[in-house]
Amino acid sequence: MTDITASDAARVRRVDVTSSAAKARIRARYRREARFKLYGLAALSLAAVFVVVLIGDVLSRGLPAFWQYSLVLDVHVDPAAVSSGGKVDEASIRSADFYPLTKAALESMFPGELSRKAQKQLVRLVSTDAAMPLRDELVANPSLVGTTVKTPLILSATSDLYYKGAGTQIESREMRGIATPSGTSGEITVLSSANDFADALVHLKQRIAEQARSLRSEADRLELFAGDTVTARVKALRDEAEKLQQRVDQPKVEEELDNKMPSLLIAIDGGLMKITKLSDVSATGIVLLPLRSTDEAKPGTWQLVTYETPESNRKVTDQDVAFLERFKQLGHVEQSFNWTFLTAGDSREPELAGIRGALVGTALTLVVTLVLCLPIGVMAAIYLEEFAPKGRLTDIIEVNINNLAAVPSIVFGLLGLAVFLNFFGMPRSAPLVGGITLGLLVLPTIIIASRAALKAVPPSIKEAALGVGASHQQAIFHHVLPLAMPGIMTGTIIGMAHALGETAPLLMIGMIAFIVDIPHGFTDAATVLPVQIYLWSDLPEVAFKSKTAAAIIVLLMFLFVMNGAAIWLRKRFERRW
Amino acid sequence: MHTLVDKHADAVVHANLAAGLSTPKVSAKDVNVYYGEKRALMDVSVDIPDRGVMSFIGPSGCGKSTFLRCINRMNDTIPICRVTGKITIDNQDIYDPKLDVVQLRARVGMVFQKPNPFPKSIYENVAYGPRIHGLSHSKADLDEIVQSSLEKAGLWKEVKDRLNESGTGMSGGQQQRLCIARAIAVNPEVILMDEPCSALDPIATARIEELIDELRKNFCIIIVTHSMQQAARVSQRTAFFHLGTLVEEGPTTEIFTNPKDKRTQDYITGRFG
Repeated sequence: MTDITASDAARVRRVDVTSSAAKARIRARYRREARFKLYGLAALSLAAVFVVVLIGDVLSRGLPAFWQYSLVLDVHVDPAAVSSGGKVDEASIRSADFYPLTKAALESMFPGELSRKAQKQLVRLVSTDAAMPLRDELVANPSLVGTTVKTPLILSATSDLYYKGAGTQIESREMRGIATPSGTSGEITVLSSANDFADALVHLKQRIAEQARSLRSEADRLELFAGDTVTARVKALRDEAEKLQQRVDQPKVEEELDNKMPSLLIAIDGGLMKITKLSDVSATGIVLLPLRSTDEAKPGTWQLVTYETPESNRKVTDQDVAFLERFKQLGHVEQSFNWTFLTAGDSREPELAGIRGALVGTALTLVVTLVLCLPIGVMAAIYLEEFAPKGRLTDIIEVNINNLAAVPSIVFGLLGLAVFLNFFGMPRSAPLVGGITLGLLVLPTIIIASRAALKAVPPSIKEAALGVGASHQQAIFHHVLPLAMPGIMTGTIIGMAHALGETAPLLMIGMIAFIVDIPHGFTDAATVLPVQIYLWSDLPEVAFKSKTAAAIIVLLMFLFVMNGAAIWLRKRFERRW
Repeated sequence: MHTLVDKHADAVVHANLAAGLSTPKVSAKDVNVYYGEKRALMDVSVDIPDRGVMSFIGPSGCGKSTFLRCINRMNDTIPICRVTGKITIDNQDIYDPKLDVVQLRARVGMVFQKPNPFPKSIYENVAYGPRIHGLSHSKADLDEIVQSSLEKAGLWKEVKDRLNESGTGMSGGQQQRLCIARAIAVNPEVILMDEPCSALDPIATARIEELIDELRKNFCIIIVTHSMQQAARVSQRTAFFHLGTLVEEGPTTEIFTNPKDKRTQDYITGRFG
C-alpha cells in the first residue's frame, strides 16, 4: 500500500451532503417518490370506484329478482278438475288444468258484477302457471283434493313489478259533499252536494295548462337545437299545446279525461269508478270495482283518488291498479323468497323463468372440462418440465402452448363446431361438446400454471430424494409433485373460473338455444350461466332486466367461491422450505 | 502436462502403499469431467480407504464438488455433463451401463451443502429411503430403523417426542443432522458430504464434526470442505484440488505439515484461495 498523496486526496470524490445541490437532489427524490405513491393510490381508488359502481349497480338491479310477490287466496279444489277417468293420482294432478280454479278464486274476491273486459284483465294479473305451488302441494298431499286450500298464486311479471314499485304514485283526497252514485256497475254518474268537483276541475285545468307549457318549451328547445329538420314535429307539438290551451281558456263546464293525463277516480261505497267526464257538479265514469249499493255517501266517506302517472306511460292499466290495490288492502299479497328463480328452467314468462337449467348445464360442462384438463394438463406439464429431452421439438411445443393460451376463444368455438359437431357428429348444444371445447381453451393455462408450479419447487428437494436412492420418477411423484400441487390447483381453479365465464365458444356449438328442460346428462341439450345472461339481456320484457342482473349475481358468487377456494388451497397447503 | 499428471498418479499410489492401504473402498482412475466443451476435471486418480474420513480441499471452482458428485453419479442429472475414466467401489465399475444408478445411490449416500429435509415429518424424512428400498417389513421394523438412524445422527434425544412435526421447523444444525440420519437410514457404504457445515454456526458445526468422527467407524466418509481447520480436525486423509487437477493426496497430517507441492503449501498457508 502506498501512501495517499495530496493530489490523490484531491481526486477522491465524496458525497457532500451539506451542499445545496445535494439538498435539492434529495428533495427531488422525495418528490418523485411521493408522486409515484400518489399515482398508485389514484389508480387504486379509480379501480375501487369502478368495482363499487359495478357491483352496486348489479346488486341494486338484481337483488329484487330474488324476492317475489304472490297472491295468497283460498282456492277450492274441485275433484272433477284434477281427476282423469274418475281417478285422482299424481299424473292426473300434473296434467290437470288449474285455470278454472284460479279464475273462480280470483272472481270470488269481487262480489258484484264485473265487466267481461275486467274479468279478462283480472285473470291476466296472475301468471299463466299461477297454480304451480298449488299443484306441487296437491301432488305431495292428494288428500287436499275436494277441500279449500289457502295457496299462493304466482303473479304475472307486470303485477310483481307493480308491487316492487314500478306502478304509480297514488293520492287520495277526502271529499266534503254528500255523494250519490247512479248505479253499481257499468257507466255511472256521481253527484256531489258540495263543490268538490269544481275544485277537482280547477286542479285539472292547472294540470292541462302545465302540460301545454311543457309542450311549448319542448317545441322551443327542438326549434333552437335541431332547426329545420324537425319542423313537422315542432308544428305537431305547437298544435297540441294550442289545443290544450284552448281547453284551459274555455270556461267549459265539462272536461273530458284521456289517458295522457293523470287518472282521476272516485272511491265510493266500497267500489271504484274511473272518471271520464268531469263537470262542476258531477262526475261520469266507468266502474272498475263494483259498488255495494247506490246509497248516498256521507262527507268524508268517499274520496277522489289520483293515479299520478298517466295510463299511457305505465304497463298497468287503471283497472289493474284498482285490482292490485284492492288485493293489497285486503292483505292477500305476500312477499317471499323467489325459489322459482333457483329451481326452474328457462321460460318465456319472466315470473316462471329460473336459472336451474343453466346452473346444471354449467356444472356438467365444467365437470367435462375438469376431467379432461386436469390429468392431461398436469401430465403434459410434468413431462415437459422434468422428462422431455431439451431440444428443438420441445421448444416448438413450448412456444405453441404459450401461443394457444392467447388464441381468441371464438376460434376454439369454430374448432369445436368443425371437429366435434361436423366431423365426429357429436350432439349439438350438449355439455359434453361444450366441456371439450372449453377444455381446449383451458388446457394451455393449466399446463403453463403447472409448469410454473413445478419449476418453483427448489431443486434441492429433488436432489435430496435422488441422494437417498429414489429414481427420477419417484423423486418427482413423491416429492416434487406434492409440493407443486397447491400451485397446480390454484392454476386449475383459475382456469376453470375462466371457463365458467366463457361465452363465445359455446355460441358456436349451439349452447345458445332456448332450453326449458333441465339437462340430466352430458348429451342433453343445455345452456350455461353466461349464455343465459346473454340471452336474457336481449329480451324486451322489463322483468328480464332484473333477472339478468340476478343471474349475474349468481355467476359472480360462483366466481368468488372458486377464487376463494383457490386462495384457501394456496394458504392451506403452502409449505416453506 | 500429461507426464506431470502421471507422475502425480504414481505419487498417489505410492502414498497409499505407504499408508498401508491394501484394498481401497473407492478408487478413481483418470477421471475427466466435461461440462459441454469445458473440461472441469482432468485425469483425477485417487484411492479412498474404507472406514475413515477423506477430505477434499481446494479453492472455489477447483472441481472437488464435481468429483464428489461423480462418485454417486449425481452429475447424471445435468444433461450437458460427461464423465470419462473409471471409478470403482469395491472393484465394481460404477459407470458400468449394466449398473442401476438408483442401486448405486442407495450404496452411496449424500449430504448436501444446504440442509434440505423434505417438507414432511421428521419420521417420514428418515423413513423415506428404507421404505422405497424395501428395507423394512413391518411398521415396528421401520420404527427401529428410524430410531437407530436418529440415534446414530445424535438427534434422537432432541426429537423423539416430536417425530410427527415437520422437518423444516428445526434449527439449521438439527436439519443437517436429520439429513445425515436420512442418508444413513438406508445403510450406505459410502457417505458423501458436500460442505455440510458451510451454512451452520460454529456450535452446530462442532456437533456435526463430532458426528462425523463417530460415523467413520462404520462408514467410508468423503467430505468436501472450504475450512482447512475442519479438514485437519475430522479427516485422516486429505486431497488438494486445484484448477481441475488433483495436486496432492496423502495423510492429513502430512499434507498440512509437510506438503510436497508448492501450490498445496501456498494454499494451506493462505497465500491464495
